[in-house]
Amino acid sequence: MPTLEKKVTRLEVVEPKQLNFGKKWDYAPAPESTDLVKIAPRYELFIGGKFVKPKSGNYFKSINPATEEVLTEVAEANDADVDAAVRAARNAYEKYWSKLPAAERAKYIFRIARQLQEKAREFAIVETMDGGKPIREARDVDIPLACAHFFYYAGWADKLEYAFPGRKTRPLGVAGQIIPWNFPLLMAAWKIAPALACGNTVVLKPAETTPLTSLLLAQIIQEADLPPGVVNIVTGAGKTGAALVKHPDINKVAFTGSTDVGKMIMRAVAGSGKKLTLELGGKAANIIFEDAPIDQAVEGIINGIYFNQGHVCCAGSRLFVQEGIKDIVIRKLQDRLQTLRVGNPLDKNTDVGAINSREQLNKIKELVESGVQEGCALHQSECTLPKKGFWFAPTFFTGVAQSNRIAQEEIFGPVLSVLTFRTVEEAIEKANNTAYGLSAGVWTDKGSKIFKVSSKLKAGVIWANTYNKFDPTSPFGGFKESGFGREGGLHGLMPYVELVG
Amino acid sequence: MTLDISQTTVDQVGIEERAASLAKRSIKKETKINGIKLAMSMIDLTTLEGKDSAGKVEAMCQKAIHPLDPSTELRVNGHVPSVAAVCVYPNMVAVAKKALAGTHVKVASVATGFPSGLTPLPIKIEETKRVVDMGADEVDMVIDRGAFLSGEFKKVANEIAKVKEACGLAHLKVILETGELETYDNVRKASWLAMQAGADFIKTSTGKAAVSATPGVTLVMLEAIRDFWYKTGKRIGMKPAGGIRTSKQAMHYLVLVKETLGDAWLSPDWFRFGASTLTNDLLMQLVKESTGRYQSLDYFTVD
Repeated sequence: MPTLEKKVTRLEVVEPKQLNFGKKWDYAPAPESTDLVKIAPRYELFIGGKFVKPKSGNYFKSINPATEEVLTEVAEANDADVDAAVRAARNAYEKYWSKLPAAERAKYIFRIARQLQEKAREFAIVETMDGGKPIREARDVDIPLACAHFFYYAGWADKLEYAFPGRKTRPLGVAGQIIPWNFPLLMAAWKIAPALACGNTVVLKPAETTPLTSLLLAQIIQEADLPPGVVNIVTGAGKTGAALVKHPDINKVAFTGSTDVGKMIMRAVAGSGKKLTLELGGKAANIIFEDAPIDQAVEGIINGIYFNQGHVCCAGSRLFVQEGIKDIVIRKLQDRLQTLRVGNPLDKNTDVGAINSREQLNKIKELVESGVQEGCALHQSECTLPKKGFWFAPTFFTGVAQSNRIAQEEIFGPVLSVLTFRTVEEAIEKANNTAYGLSAGVWTDKGSKIFKVSSKLKAGVIWANTYNKFDPTSPFGGFKESGFGREGGLHGLMPYVELVG
Repeated sequence: MTLDISQTTVDQVGIEERAASLAKRSIKKETKINGIKLAMSMIDLTTLEGKDSAGKVEAMCQKAIHPLDPSTELRVNGHVPSVAAVCVYPNMVAVAKKALAGTHVKVASVATGFPSGLTPLPIKIEETKRVVDMGADEVDMVIDRGAFLSGEFKKVANEIAKVKEACGLAHLKVILETGELETYDNVRKASWLAMQAGADFIKTSTGKAAVSATPGVTLVMLEAIRDFWYKTGKRIGMKPAGGIRTSKQAMHYLVLVKETLGDAWLSPDWFRFGASTLTNDLLMQLVKESTGRYQSLDYFTVD
């Protein structure tokens, strides 16, 4: 938008009423320096405490989604590699880890946490380069939270009898863990920390588009001198994951990812005796009532859907706005959309980074197209997108109904669907009218309404007058097709122990 | 005047989080230089002490006209703008007016029983008329916080309207003294009330209360200005005052303005800093940007 500076005298009425978020005082590029990080040309599998070449002999490339540049190549684990990793984990479990006093386990986990904290900056930069998320988020959210999870669960390791009063706990054995590409290191921490604290050993498979921080974590684990095989990291795509899930010698499967894959995993482990937790998709409702603190609610909506480019399973992707404030909320959303800074993820002023992969970009485009086809009104940021890499401008739709595809399917991108309601009951009914149930948000100044609504919403996490708040002490997990089992907090110990005695 | 005081509420955690997140913008190089110069042009250079004298005010007016002495300006190779205005007590208006004659620097006077505002309305009106007669271009009035907190909104609004009338062509800045209003909800309500009653600017603080301008309070007021503009089409200016001492703080406030109200408000016509010591920190940063070194404070004038 060009700045047409017309001198306006005081108290003169200006038409049209449009705020101009232009370049009168623009921020100079502030890219984070990447000198600190050294990405090796090739990464091997981490099995039995060593980096080993894959038996498959295959490597795949990991690219920077913001530039499409190849960052490195990474080993692809086949069935034999996965088998070697599980054997190493079993061996470590039988020989060392299950015999170690709990307080000693805690020391190792604390050591990982401290090392991670020391190297936080390096991890943040690599996370941003490999996944496309803004450096501000990697620096302020992903990495500190990952550290916090290790610290938190290190504390539980020798206190399990207090977590389950009157019961004794026994570790399960070997845990096979598969994590997604949206919060690569953070998800690794969510999975590894409680498993180790409870006395299990681990085979972890990071997502194929974002394996790097898990491999850097493997280096830390090596430096922390964990007994070999306690944590093993095998890289690869779906086939590697399938080999891990189906391996007969694992006792527990933990998966975070799409609902479709979650269903496949559940079928695969049925009848095997393997314990299972699934943290799957979501289509969260963010409900904003007339009596909400509107400007803060709008911030929460923006944060809820555009944080991490909307690649968040608990993203507030459905906005339910009470009809009386619909126009004002939509106008504020439009204004706020224009101030979101989209671009180079390494720039410290970037709010919205790159889409994680071409495949995901195509999926977002397809669903947005369906929204347009079905007659919903499209509102998009006027930002200029970089030419190379995978990008999608922050978007929202108005005039959306429950029956539209964009109101039902998980888009997993920076796309919000705005729906309206009239009464509290209608809001609850519509919010629950979905196959998912991971999270929700309620915005109102009235405390009693918060309790009334949140007690009736079928969602694992409900935020009141805020959104996307995470803490290692707080459990996270879903209802319905969003999965089962809880991660984080005391509840997060449950999936990794057997209660005996 | 029909008064509309029903306002959206403000969530304390949310507003403070948003204000703090905008402190994370990286302001470097030409953005910093431009930001510092912009901030300089927005300063209401202030002295409001019981011991203010003609000599003190005259010296401050010289600083207001050319904040950086011309020889240093030559060395750093860049012109530094004058500040927007000086802000003084009523008795100093004539002195300031004379010292600033022939420049673009405006004279602002506090009035209406500053800083408490607890004088009878006729005296407030008379004081306002006097300072305008003496040459004040801008009047910084205070609201009666006691009346506001006891729910006498009409009384507060009426006083503002009457003072506005007494201002004639002078611009009226209404000081809410947000430190005494305590809650963000009150700040929002008082902002709305002042804008309806005829304020040209709304201003946070007198500088005399325990808490002065904060980013959170400023953001609440900027959002109120935005909503008022959408509702009425009238642009209202904003002036945080008190406690803003460093360039870094000033840049944070400019970011708040840029990302809340946009380009139009990034101008001394619509945004001011009430400050006394900010000037020299801005200059020190400016010199550092061009020489790469921080100069000792001895190189910056203390007027």
